[in-house]
Amino acid sequence: MTLNLFYFLSFLAIMSAIMVVLSKNPVYSVLYLIITFFCIAGHYMLMNAQFLAIVHIIVYAGAIMVLFLYVIMLLNLNKESEPHKSTLQKIAATICAGLVMIVLVGSLKGTEGMIQQQPAAADIGLVKALGKVMFTKFLLPFEITSVLLLAAMVGAVMLGKPEKR
Amino acid sequence: MTEFLIYKLILVGSVFGITLFVAAYSTYAERKVAAFLQDRVGPDRAGPFGIFQPLADGMKFIYKEEIIPVVSNKFLFILGPCLAMLTAMMAGVLIPWGDTLIIGGKTYSLQIADLNVGVLYVFGVVSIGVYGIMIGGWASNNKFSLLGAIRASAQMISYEIAMGLSIIAFVIMTGTLSLGEISAQQAGGVGGDWNMWNVVYQPLGFLIFIVCAFAECNRTPFDLPECETELVGGYHTEYSSMKLGFYLFAEYINMFVSSAMISTLYFGGYNFPFMNDLGLDHNTISIIGTLMLFAKISFFIFFFMWIRWTIPRFRYDQLMNLGWKVLIPLSVANIFITGLVMLLIDKL
Repeated sequence: MTLNLFYFLSFLAIMSAIMVVLSKNPVYSVLYLIITFFCIAGHYMLMNAQFLAIVHIIVYAGAIMVLFLYVIMLLNLNKESEPHKSTLQKIAATICAGLVMIVLVGSLKGTEGMIQQQPAAADIGLVKALGKVMFTKFLLPFEITSVLLLAAMVGAVMLGKPEKR
Repeated sequence: MTEFLIYKLILVGSVFGITLFVAAYSTYAERKVAAFLQDRVGPDRAGPFGIFQPLADGMKFIYKEEIIPVVSNKFLFILGPCLAMLTAMMAGVLIPWGDTLIIGGKTYSLQIADLNVGVLYVFGVVSIGVYGIMIGGWASNNKFSLLGAIRASAQMISYEIAMGLSIIAFVIMTGTLSLGEISAQQAGGVGGDWNMWNVVYQPLGFLIFIVCAFAECNRTPFDLPECETELVGGYHTEYSSMKLGFYLFAEYINMFVSSAMISTLYFGGYNFPFMNDLGLDHNTISIIGTLMLFAKISFFIFFFMWIRWTIPRFRYDQLMNLGWKVLIPLSVANIFITGLVMLLIDKL
């Protein structure tokens, strides 16, 4: 059952990820990307990482992709207005992306042994376990990240203020 | 296992049915409340006091001619209202509709699923709720629809931040994200065992949460996405027949679910004062508790309508000012105060 679900989600994730690239219309690309994010959230759920799954949906599907969609709708990008790239650019982009894929696959192959050595606890993805680790072992990076995010938010409010005459 | 599945299926079915029923009768209640506040009679033709009005409205929506604009994106045009309806229905899964029922020695929970990330799940559903409006508004290929959709997305993102921050302060206090546990923590209330509802400890958080809930439901004074005076009909300008009905209906479902959330988080959920002093058996208390929850929900639905027919709509810049310059600093201050008080309580 779990394995079947895994294959189904993986198939859906990869298919929609490919459709992100192939779609001519930017709005379709964004919608396919949202489906991809939901599939990845499903994978987290299968690994019993409920917190990660739900935060993934809130942050990526709920906030970032809404902003993407917002900008694309506001600029009214569509099939007609998409800029045409020269053949040289297309070939260069393909080679670059292929190289990145090789690097990613290579680095993932190297981690095979590590996964076997450290079997994770079953409740590692639940809120309680995650919170404990975050507030003890990784306290400093966690606090720095939160201050950074708060600074970004304060910055956004500051930008919204009218300039002084 | 089969028994468990059948029980959950019945529960899901009844929650689904009750949600639709309450949403349908909210439309009737809205018109009656509006009539009352404006000193009119309101709908009174369909049945006694007009109580069949929702049925008549539904029939009208279904039999009206359906128009899909030629220039629109047909698939996304249909997907829009479907998504709006789907996301509106999703949050009801986590609300604890009552305490447990004990039948024949077996305990049945009146909550469909008690995730340990409950509050965050509801928040996630709220954050993807904007897609129905955005996709529908864009697919209509109409400037007014697009403006409505863009307004909706900007508004929802802005108010989600304040809502999330108010929930953080709340979670600092309760120490859990599960809605079942949050309800159980507020058991008792006034009476023999002194235990107050969360609203007493989090008044500022509650205020921020309810303002944001109004904004997330696109209710007046935050109904800028469908502002008639500026945008014809907003994101659903091009919609007709039952698709328009779905959009309007989704708004009432959202209202019902957010009223249920407010009641559960801040007003004790299914708990009521003197519940442990009545000397009744567990099942009776549970059933009275469920009725009390629905009484609280009805009050908040009435509150939504009360505000709608009392306060005029904001201007868009006022809306953004309120979200970013008032609610966010207030909720950050709320987190700070809550953290400080929790620390002091620990020390004492």
